Amino acid sequence: MVASLVMCGVIVGIATLSLMAGTMQVSVADVLRALNGQAEGIIHTVVVEWRLPRAIAAIVFGAGLGVSGAIFQSLTKNPLGSPDIIGFSSGSYTGALLVLLGTGSISFIAVASGAIVGGIGTAILVYVLAFRGGSKGFRLIIVGIAISAMLSSVNSILLLRGEAGAAFTAAAWGIGSLNEVSREQVTPASIMVIVIIATAMLQSRPLREMELGDDTARAHGVSVEKSRILLMATAVALTAIPTAVMGPATFVALAAPQMAKRVAGASRSLFPAAAMGALLLLGADFIAQRLIRGTILPVGAVTLSLGGLYLVWLLFMQARRKPL
Amino acid sequence: MVVSGRSVQQEGQEQARTAGLLILLFLLGGGVVISLMVGAKPLSAATVWNALTAFDGSYDHTAVQEARVPRTILSLVVGGALGLSGALIQAFTRNPLADPGILGVNAGAAFAVAAGIGLFSVSTISGYMWFAFGGALLATVAVYIISGGAGRMSPAPVQITLAGVALGAVLSGITAVFRMMNSEAFSAMLEWSVGSLARRSLSDLVPVLPFILVGVVLTLALSPALNAVALGDDRAASMGVNIQRTRLISLLGVTLLAGGATAIAGPIGFIGLMVPHSVRWVTGPDQRWIFVYSIVAAPLLLLVSDIIGRVLMPPAEIPVGIITAFLGAPVLIVLIRRKKASGL
Repeated sequence: MVASLVMCGVIVGIATLSLMAGTMQVSVADVLRALNGQAEGIIHTVVVEWRLPRAIAAIVFGAGLGVSGAIFQSLTKNPLGSPDIIGFSSGSYTGALLVLLGTGSISFIAVASGAIVGGIGTAILVYVLAFRGGSKGFRLIIVGIAISAMLSSVNSILLLRGEAGAAFTAAAWGIGSLNEVSREQVTPASIMVIVIIATAMLQSRPLREMELGDDTARAHGVSVEKSRILLMATAVALTAIPTAVMGPATFVALAAPQMAKRVAGASRSLFPAAAMGALLLLGADFIAQRLIRGTILPVGAVTLSLGGLYLVWLLFMQARRKPL
Repeated sequence: MVVSGRSVQQEGQEQARTAGLLILLFLLGGGVVISLMVGAKPLSAATVWNALTAFDGSYDHTAVQEARVPRTILSLVVGGALGLSGALIQAFTRNPLADPGILGVNAGAAFAVAAGIGLFSVSTISGYMWFAFGGALLATVAVYIISGGAGRMSPAPVQITLAGVALGAVLSGITAVFRMMNSEAFSAMLEWSVGSLARRSLSDLVPVLPFILVGVVLTLALSPALNAVALGDDRAASMGVNIQRTRLISLLGVTLLAGGATAIAGPIGFIGLMVPHSVRWVTGPDQRWIFVYSIVAAPLLLLVSDIIGRVLMPPAEIPVGIITAFLGAPVLIVLIRRKKASGL
């Protein structure tokens, strides 16, 4: 509880900073006035029109990814069972590429639909192929690798055959970025994500029961297959929507639930994972905007490097603790 | 009676192995001929023969000598190196799912090459080579250390695979960022990073070949020790095998073979997974035979994949790395779906 509150406090802190700082510095007082709708002119534009959607997107999408990862990891009973690993990202990338390069359309709705269809299709395919009287974590991961390998090949063909400029733009989408995100996209997407997170929170009891094993859950009155499908759909949607808007922000879904567990202890609730996800994506975006002077790195680059290092460290510590 | 019965059986197996090897060599010969004939413009066997024996400077003859012969030789070398490195990784990690691609070795090489292009403006294949080697070595060692291989016990196959996957994901992600920050590097890398045998010359092979040959020799010399390791670390130690040294030499061998192959052709996945796996059905668990078979069968598979890539979508070519991914990924899925992955 305390840890969750602290995380929320840090989120508010970073969010305020990211509203204040930038090419144009805005004071706290001006930020507050802008948020109340009392500022006008350039301050209103910069704070409310430019920086606020970005901060909200980072917080909401991060929370969505965190919850999504927590659900995936519980269902697969495997700390690596995240959408990144089971091929969701490559699938949504393929979907987006097909739309971008195949139809030449750059409309947001078209690309987003392509990404969602591609991601969900891949997740289902991986799940079905890994299913054999229940889906074991390790099998899920290996099937995910195999499918990802095929999809990355398809992606490469698409990029190689596409016209150079379009290919570069399309490849840029492959690394999640909040740079191009606009208020018109963030508002509906955020509302959807928040609603789905709320749905997921209501499902957290069956989720915890299923962590203890399907039989235990059944004994406690959980209809396992129904809950599993519902939770799976929730988790997929929570990755799909943010991915459609900003591209894949790799490893947030993977790292957030585990870091939350470290900070807040084992919790029955999905809230710490949501808070940690929001914190990670917001923090990563804050760093991405400021790391290299003059360039705004895609936030996906930062989450990838930080999350990846965390993952490697995690495996290293695990291997040292219990040499199998 | 029992003893002589077994020896007859062993003799039978020996004959089957030799016969299988001869069949593979025959198929490989056929593959080489087809590889010389097939391409943007199909040529007859007679034309190919004339191009090799009585070169007349015509367009067709030049195509054979300048493009198809080097490409075919590269397939043989790269394929052999990949197959053998896969067999070696599978043997010393006792992990039937190991493959230079799955264990992040390819990703390490690609990462280093991207860094070379992006940071040091390297632009030649021989320039890529050193980076590919360095990256392959770092990735192999890192995966082994992350999964706990530096300890006294051998790490579990699952640990090694997970570490490889994790590191591979990180490295290929950072590679993507490198590419994004430099659009020239982007084009150069994109072509290299799918794994292709096109547009390479024999002079690209020369600097890499010695390393691959050393890798082959090391691996073959290691096969008795690896046969012992297959029985478990304790048994191997009691048979007088130095486990730590075996592992170190294995790591070196994998790096030389996989790094060399990747330096020439870019990351080509799944050959190292599929070939040792399949040949084991014929050879049984003896590493010496697995290694020899892999050296012959892997180039065959790579040649066939490359030929498929040339004829599937004419006049465009599909890079061989994409074909092997499409052949290999289903194999991997079938393997993992079986109750028990084939033991070593």
